[in-house]
Amino acid sequence: MSNADLANLSDKLMLTTVVMYIIALVAYAADMGFGRRGAATAAEARASVQEKAEAKILVGPGGATDADGTDATEATEAAATAAGEDDADRPQVDWARLAIFLSVLGVGAHLGVLVSRGLSASRWPWGNMYEFLTAISFAAVTAFMVVMFRYRARFLGVPVMFAAVIALGVANIWLYDSVGPVTPALNSYWIAIHVSAAIIATGAFTVAGAATILYFLKSREEARASAGTGVATGVKVPGGVLARVPSAESLDRLAMRVTMFAFPIWTAAIIMGAIWADQAWGRYWGWDPKEIWSFVTWIIYAAYLHARSTAGWKGRKAAFLSLLAFAALLFNFFGVNYMFSGLHSYA
Amino acid sequence: MTDTKDDVKDSGPESGTQAPAARQAPEEVPRPRGLGPAGWLRWGWRQLTTMRTALILLFLVALGAVPGSILPQRGQAPEKVAAYLDEHRTLGPWLDRFSMFDVFAAPWFAAIYILLFVSLAGCVIPRAVKHYRSMRARPPAAPRNLARLPQSATFETDASPEDVLAEARKALRGRRFRVDVSSGAASAEKGYLGETGNLLFHLALLALLFALGIGNLFGYRGDVLLMEGRTFANSLNQYDQFTPGRAFDDGELAPFTVSLDDFKAEYETGGDKRGQATEFNAKIRYRETPDGGQKTHDLQINHPLKVGGAKVYLLGHGYAPTFTVRDAKGNVAFQDSVPFLEMEPRNLTSEGVIKAPDAEPDQLAFYAILWPTAMASEDGKQIVSAFPAPLRPVITITSFKGDIGLDSGSPQSVYKLEGIGTTLQPVKDGQKLLEPGETFQLPGGAGSVTFDGLKEYATLSVNHDPGRIPALVAAILAVLGVATSFMVRRRRVWVRAGAGEGGRTVVEVGGLTLGSPTSEFDDIVTALRGPEREPGPGEPDEPREPDGPATESKE
Repeated sequence: MSNADLANLSDKLMLTTVVMYIIALVAYAADMGFGRRGAATAAEARASVQEKAEAKILVGPGGATDADGTDATEATEAAATAAGEDDADRPQVDWARLAIFLSVLGVGAHLGVLVSRGLSASRWPWGNMYEFLTAISFAAVTAFMVVMFRYRARFLGVPVMFAAVIALGVANIWLYDSVGPVTPALNSYWIAIHVSAAIIATGAFTVAGAATILYFLKSREEARASAGTGVATGVKVPGGVLARVPSAESLDRLAMRVTMFAFPIWTAAIIMGAIWADQAWGRYWGWDPKEIWSFVTWIIYAAYLHARSTAGWKGRKAAFLSLLAFAALLFNFFGVNYMFSGLHSYA
Repeated sequence: MTDTKDDVKDSGPESGTQAPAARQAPEEVPRPRGLGPAGWLRWGWRQLTTMRTALILLFLVALGAVPGSILPQRGQAPEKVAAYLDEHRTLGPWLDRFSMFDVFAAPWFAAIYILLFVSLAGCVIPRAVKHYRSMRARPPAAPRNLARLPQSATFETDASPEDVLAEARKALRGRRFRVDVSSGAASAEKGYLGETGNLLFHLALLALLFALGIGNLFGYRGDVLLMEGRTFANSLNQYDQFTPGRAFDDGELAPFTVSLDDFKAEYETGGDKRGQATEFNAKIRYRETPDGGQKTHDLQINHPLKVGGAKVYLLGHGYAPTFTVRDAKGNVAFQDSVPFLEMEPRNLTSEGVIKAPDAEPDQLAFYAILWPTAMASEDGKQIVSAFPAPLRPVITITSFKGDIGLDSGSPQSVYKLEGIGTTLQPVKDGQKLLEPGETFQLPGGAGSVTFDGLKEYATLSVNHDPGRIPALVAAILAVLGVATSFMVRRRRVWVRAGAGEGGRTVVEVGGLTLGSPTSEFDDIVTALRGPEREPGPGEPDEPREPDGPATESKE
């Protein structure tokens, strides 16, 4: 295939990806909202199973994880089936299965977008804003899939897929750029290392951000329920959507875990960026706007990690810091590239 | 965090991120009343080293860095700072008073990060000492009631208590626990690496700050514009811009020379990326010392040249047209290449000025625009550059005469004409398009200017930074440290064996993990029970049951 064909293929696959993600988003939402009758019961059962599985998954090496994961899946399915049995005669759409199936297909197409783009340009496919955003949303969806299979966190499907669809939309409508070579400054093997690390960390931070947003919703819901203003408001309202979401505490824990994965990678990305800057620009740290905002993002995530383990800062305050850090991360991507002129301008 | 109760209370689900006890105590510290200076100092120190203060300082560092990205900074773009001050006559000086144009060298920014690092050191160093001691001390003695620990198990066996404990010691040692057996119980601990990583991370950050300081103090950085055919010798007067460290001594400049023979830029020639640069290559010759041998080298972006302890970088490039200026008497008043600055990055339309102070009777000056590949614009009224390479270079020239102002003593930019309209007057009909080789005779016999040809120049940066390698090492250690601290958790296991009823031995096992319990404990218990309760041939592996771990989790 010629380069032009590959570029064309990449664009076509992009369309496929977006369509898959949109349908998957709808399916995740449907699963969350009215997946099965007795959702609350199923969620309860799942939460308890999940909690146990989680405890082991956290530490277990690969093998143990798999075994536990499977068990958890079976138990969850059993619980869900039990809950849904009373109306088994009604035709049911298995929204969860559909959503997962479409996400897997979508991720495959998404990977195809990146690979064909890279082959077409004969370089790593992260050389401009369109490619960055495409790669970051791929990282975010992939991180979500990993978290979903490890921690049974299907409820993250709605926020993450929503973010991915928006990101890909922005990439295609406003940031699209045809295939081409990169400027000589970007022509270095560091692009494979530094930018990849930044992309992976950003994808994971996105998942952590999604969990944190759910945490805020859920903790407000729980506070309202425990305020005891009446059984009606306590059960009915969250029974709709948030019933399928685990407790605020486990959401908080999940966000923390994903952040703990992303933070060292982000640290490494900044440092590898510094090494590259030292080769390309003759200094490893020069307070370029991109460097400033990477640093600011890093500092706020560090503050979050510390706050998370400090009495008096746990909970909503720490979660607020996490969202603030994510906002800084987004600003670092969009704001810095379009509002300031600096050495990291590829727009 | 040596006593067990504390640990149980503290053991949140994530490990390695627990605030150390030293950082947790702000609320209980009573404000000193009449304690005298020493008491106040101690109180202040405790406040400074609390986690709350550290969090606030972290936040302030982040907040303080923001103006550095919004406002132009002297360290990066002094000309933009000047322009900003020019535009904002009232606000500008106030911002300047608060060092807003030198944020990262500002006293207030230094105050924040120094306080942060003092706070960090005040917490981490005592912690490191404590950690070192606890690594050498015996594992903590078994708590009285092992059953109350997050993980526990009890079983009976026929072996004697001594044998059980000896077996436990062997099994735990085999799992790389540190084991201590005393008064009928074995205490074991492992996972010190988590805390070690945590401390390493924080100490590496301190080291990184010092490395940055060393670089700023003893290093230097200079920029130089080198035209084709010229030679640069590494000495102060050859630099266009030079930033020495505070403790830098110009005797330290390595005496190397660099000559630029040829600069080549390659561009995309077709497709919709036409004109995008793909490669820059500066063919240079250099000598380490004036008498040293000459070497040739291709200097490229991302591949600096190491010479004499310094590094030479290719940063940018541009055009330097060559002109000959003759005055009214026909004497050559100026003949040289003049570096032009790009006006737009895409097709490198560039501008520059020619100053001929030796012209008589009037000094002559010219403002010129260069189009590397000149074409008529779409409406046919203007000239534009259609490609960055010099395929069809054309220059428009605008002539001035009068006093250039070089004798006034105040420094002038070589890229700008000053006093236009006052000391320098435009020459009537003094505009002309020139192609290479063409000459423009100024009206009224005021002189002439010839566009002889086009050269290219490269902008080079030379630096020496003794903090570079220490900073790199510190940074790598920081990443390793933070990753380790997130991955490794401290685990403690206790085994107590005592005589039970009927001559059997009762064995109690308790486990405590920073963070949530691990399956490792179950494996240990299984190993201790040994062959006595061997699972039957048909029985599946016990510990992998979802609901049937050998112990119950209390979390």
